Amino acid sequence: MDRLVFDIAHLLAGGLVLVSFLLLYQDRLYALLNIFALHALVLALSVAWQAWIQDAPHLYVTAGIALTLKAGVIPVVLHRIIQRLGIHREIETVVGVGLTMLAGIALVALSMVVMLRVTAEADPLAREDLAFALSVVLLGLLIMVTRRNAVSQVVGFMSLENGLVLAATGAKGMPLVVEISVAFSILIAFIVIGIFLFRIRERFDTVDIHALDRFRGERQ
Amino acid sequence: MNALPYDAVGAILLVPIGTAGLLALLPNYRLTARLNLLAAFLTFLAALSLFFVERPEPGQYLLVDDLNIVFIVLTTFVGFTTSVFSASYIAHELEIGRLTPAHLRFYHAMFQVLMFAMNLALIANNIGLMWVAIELATLTTVLMVGMYRTHEALEAAWKYFILGSVGIALALFGTILVYMAARPTVGEGADAMVWTVLVAQAADFDPALLNVAFVFLLLGYGTKVGLAPLHAWLPDAHAEGPTPISAVLSGLLLNVALYAVLRFKILLAANPGAIAPGPLMVTMGLTSLVFAAFMLYRRRDIKRMFAYSSIEHMGIITFAFGMGGPLANFAGLLHMTMHSLTKSAIFFAVGHVAQVKGTQKIAEIRGLTETHPWLGWSLVIGVVAIAGLPPLGIFMSEFLVVSSTFAREPLLAIPLVFGLLVAFGALLLRVGGIAFGAPLGGTAPVKASYLPMFAHLALVLAAGVYLPAPLVAWFQNIAAILG
Repeated sequence: MDRLVFDIAHLLAGGLVLVSFLLLYQDRLYALLNIFALHALVLALSVAWQAWIQDAPHLYVTAGIALTLKAGVIPVVLHRIIQRLGIHREIETVVGVGLTMLAGIALVALSMVVMLRVTAEADPLAREDLAFALSVVLLGLLIMVTRRNAVSQVVGFMSLENGLVLAATGAKGMPLVVEISVAFSILIAFIVIGIFLFRIRERFDTVDIHALDRFRGERQ
Repeated sequence: MNALPYDAVGAILLVPIGTAGLLALLPNYRLTARLNLLAAFLTFLAALSLFFVERPEPGQYLLVDDLNIVFIVLTTFVGFTTSVFSASYIAHELEIGRLTPAHLRFYHAMFQVLMFAMNLALIANNIGLMWVAIELATLTTVLMVGMYRTHEALEAAWKYFILGSVGIALALFGTILVYMAARPTVGEGADAMVWTVLVAQAADFDPALLNVAFVFLLLGYGTKVGLAPLHAWLPDAHAEGPTPISAVLSGLLLNVALYAVLRFKILLAANPGAIAPGPLMVTMGLTSLVFAAFMLYRRRDIKRMFAYSSIEHMGIITFAFGMGGPLANFAGLLHMTMHSLTKSAIFFAVGHVAQVKGTQKIAEIRGLTETHPWLGWSLVIGVVAIAGLPPLGIFMSEFLVVSSTFAREPLLAIPLVFGLLVAFGALLLRVGGIAFGAPLGGTAPVKASYLPMFAHLALVLAAGVYLPAPLVAWFQNIAAILG
């Protein structure tokens, strides 16, 4: 039975890393949002599983927030924004897909090497969770770096936060304050982003970050 | 004193947050500007009273000790003077129509939320709570940087938001790792995030996990400090936001992030098996210093130039704390205090200059000492202070940093002195053009209070000439805590 518990937790956390890879090569915004919803769904399942095996009912709240807000509301709202802005064309990636995937694999390998070596004394479940969480965080960073579009940068950032939630729930008994704050920060962050997207629309008629670069104060 | 039911810690936190709620509701901007000033003054008084009232026992969430009192008093003092400056600054912005009364309601409420967040971060005993407070401070400043809604302001706010969030995310990962390291020793639950408990038992933590945690924390909070490879948000955010916010960002928020790094440095120092955090901080500090010193030469925007100067000085301070030991820590603390006071005074001056000249471009500002003698000479004194010339306070702290480095690691002193000299040249070169020569640009008189600027410069001058013995003893005490 213990073996099964461990395997399912492992499966879900590993699944999150795989979905992060899926995010990495999506070249259409709609598809990117759908995959992000899947990302949040896998996270919610993983957190709920942790809540069950740790016997920590407050984690169900975190899972619920991930499910409703990140798998439901946010993708729908972003979908609308994209529709209204009429930018559902292809995303321009800075680096090619092949190279990005290779970089992603290297990052995952790096986080495995670092985390597994460092946490040799921790219990196996927490340590693999942490290694997966770091992979998701690094992949989220990679998404942010390789995208030029504001919406996909935001998706990258949210997938990064998903990795943090995975790490926080994997650390057994971590106080509730922090989990709520994580959820809250996502909410606030989203409001901020929402406002910004509309303001950017107001000023630039595009959400392409390249357009922003033109207005740097130093170039005259 | 204890007969009154007075809670200094409560006042420091509740006055700003309560006022923020009130300011969000009141429509009259003259009233709100005064209320903002009053609240900042009361918070400052409450912070001063921390010296006199009995300190509360360190609890689950809050802690008052020798280290954070200095930070809190400095933060609330500069917050107060900035609110004085801000009152005259925004009156002018309203006149020329860059801001509307609706913006101001938002601005004042955000200013107080920012003061609350910084005080909370400084007084927190829980590393999770500290993280939440720094995140809150980041979000409020993002909103304020983007307030003018120009192309540049939006780009700056977006960049600040993205880089700040990534930094904050890395710091949270580091915080989780610290919890993981503490859990086997301290046990599950809230205690494993309480800083005083962590320090007491740090010797038994898993050193390897602590090392990785510190790297994440240094990178994460280091982004907020503006250390070299992670500084990209800082010049834009300083240049495009309202000037009072530039003053608070440079003078205070960078310190708060550095304070977080220092807390974790103490934690690591308590564990014999962990790496020494010093060399990492020394490297990042020196890189920031030398990099920013060269960047100073090519600035065309006056606020951007002083933003790079902030990176330079945060580099020096991080370097000093990284060196460690009683003398270098003392120098670092002194330098931090002096830099906060001087840099916010400079931003006050620059705010007035940009308003009377109607531009921030260095090339379009000339002969300031002829058209506005008080303002021009104050700016000159501020720049002379920040460049590190005697007899002002920064000269003394820089001298201490350099001499303590020469005594212990002469090789490190070479890049340090080199960076200082390069920055010195750049600053004097630029200020010469701005202050002297044939006047260029607007000559309208300044309708503003110079009081905050003079107060800061007078303090810096006084500290350079004579440091009171109790202050020296206090700083020496903290330097010993920092190890």
